[in-house]
Amino acid sequence: MSGSLIGGYVLPNKPHPLLAPEQNAGWAELREAMEECGREIARSDADLLLIFSTRWTSIIGHQFQADPEPDWWEVDDDFHEYGTLRYKLRMDAPFAERWCAAARARGLHTRTVAYRGFPIDVGTVAALKLLNPDNRIPAGVVSCNMYSDRAETIVLGKATRDAVEQSGRKAIAVAVTSFSNRMFTEWIDPADDRIHSPKDDEWNRKFLELLGEGRLEDVSQLAREFTRQANGDSKMKALWWLAATMGQHNDYAGSVRAYAPIWGTGAAVVGLVPAPGRAGNLEYDEDDTDHYRGEREVLAQQPS
Amino acid sequence: MTGPGRIVTGVLAPHPPHLVYAANPPQNEPRSSRAGAWKGLLEGYEKLRARLTAREFDVVVVHTPHWKTTVGHHFLGIPRCKGLSVDPIFPNLFRFQFDLPVDVELGEAICAEAAAGGLVTKMMRNPDFRLDYGTITSNYLSLGHFETPIVAISSNRVYFDYSNEAGDREMLALGAATRRAIEKLGKRALLLATCSLSHRHFTQEPADPEDPAFEHPYNANQTRWDDHILSLMRNGETRRIVDEMPDFIEGCVSETRDGALTWMIGAMGFPTIPAIVHGYGTVIGTGNAIVEWDLS
Repeated sequence: MSGSLIGGYVLPNKPHPLLAPEQNAGWAELREAMEECGREIARSDADLLLIFSTRWTSIIGHQFQADPEPDWWEVDDDFHEYGTLRYKLRMDAPFAERWCAAARARGLHTRTVAYRGFPIDVGTVAALKLLNPDNRIPAGVVSCNMYSDRAETIVLGKATRDAVEQSGRKAIAVAVTSFSNRMFTEWIDPADDRIHSPKDDEWNRKFLELLGEGRLEDVSQLAREFTRQANGDSKMKALWWLAATMGQHNDYAGSVRAYAPIWGTGAAVVGLVPAPGRAGNLEYDEDDTDHYRGEREVLAQQPS
Repeated sequence: MTGPGRIVTGVLAPHPPHLVYAANPPQNEPRSSRAGAWKGLLEGYEKLRARLTAREFDVVVVHTPHWKTTVGHHFLGIPRCKGLSVDPIFPNLFRFQFDLPVDVELGEAICAEAAAGGLVTKMMRNPDFRLDYGTITSNYLSLGHFETPIVAISSNRVYFDYSNEAGDREMLALGAATRRAIEKLGKRALLLATCSLSHRHFTQEPADPEDPAFEHPYNANQTRWDDHILSLMRNGETRRIVDEMPDFIEGCVSETRDGALTWMIGAMGFPTIPAIVHGYGTVIGTGNAIVEWDLS
């Protein structure tokens, strides 16, 4: 039986909704929306949550979390006074191996990681604690390679889809990312939090309007421009991954559940469910790569 | 502690976890093959340790790129850091048990001096905080022990959020604040600027990460920039290094963009003495040098 992606979400990557919702109404709204997504997932027949978090960066290709029960803690580098994120999560280790192999089969450099004390990133922990508080559904997490660009990330998304289809699972893909990513560089009163600039706010709202219409592939193909204009988080790789994982089209029912600033950045909770015939298809013209063939070594050369 | 406070020595001390892995200390769980890819750098650290052993330090002050903060400069504010450090990027190489004392008094003093100088600052008081592997690695490789209390300073993102020039200005101010606090408290300090020079990585790793056949500079441009900066260090031209820092950063993706080297040069007051280069080598393509300024 072929597996499938039955839905997707975009969630914030900062710990504020989990650790300090009482300090800002927007952070509380984001938390409430994430919890509602969790209830929605619990009502679905999903049996796997797959996460791409911009807070877990890698250099050597892509890493896949394969510890079946990571049990540790993490503290945010900036917001350590908000407290400690203690976690005991449930990962699908066999699926991690399958996912890793599927990515390797498409030419990516990959490995699984399963080590006691491995620091699961703040974004992933916050997302899983609010989406899946009782660990009812096992999860998988992949890192965000700091050198990868669109082609490599699209291939990773396709490999994610390959792995789900081969596994027979019903999966939900979760992109953990900010939208505009300009933080305030000073201490602010959390109650006064706002999007860093009206320009960032306009670009966030433009993207969220498209996502609300289910136009995920359009958003993916506009990501470069968004990054240029609004300092997008990690080139918006999480949305490239999400769009490729979910099939590279615009036929979704999208819903923007919450949008609020977190320390100046744009944070949103968005839901996407496949809905054939919803919107146009592939309006833009970015590359659609199927197999990653490695770096082309344009710059690398042995010193003479 | 005896005599007036001063910076005794400043060291450019790169922190690739590969070097700790290759040394096979008992605190690190993974075992290396000893195939020798980073032999030159390990020998450089040996030479450094031999010289530092002869000097007395009350404190090691580390500026580390792997504690990244956007909202100001943060300082370790808990009396002891202990635990297991697993590198999220190279967990196959670095799973290290550490236990080290913290000089909170000096951390607070630098924090206060920096704030008085107009910088945004914060003391880190969460006892669960995970000390970054850059601090652990550079401290271990430079001294070979964790007996000397440390001050750890985060790497503010100012270069990334604003510009290289803005970053350098801020790091020089942070360096001056560091120096003032050290002098006021009468500490004899070892400064560690823990960063690579050129910093473009290969994105693949061989089956044996220590395979010397794999290790080489990412490209010749990176090496040329590194050679140039090292020659300025040997000639005591630290002011010129800072003058050229924005171009160096852009020219070879240098990890000095995280601020550590400019901070240390600022703290040392732009020394004109020739620096001693104990070793230079590459780790997954990045350029790393162990360089000492003996101010004693």
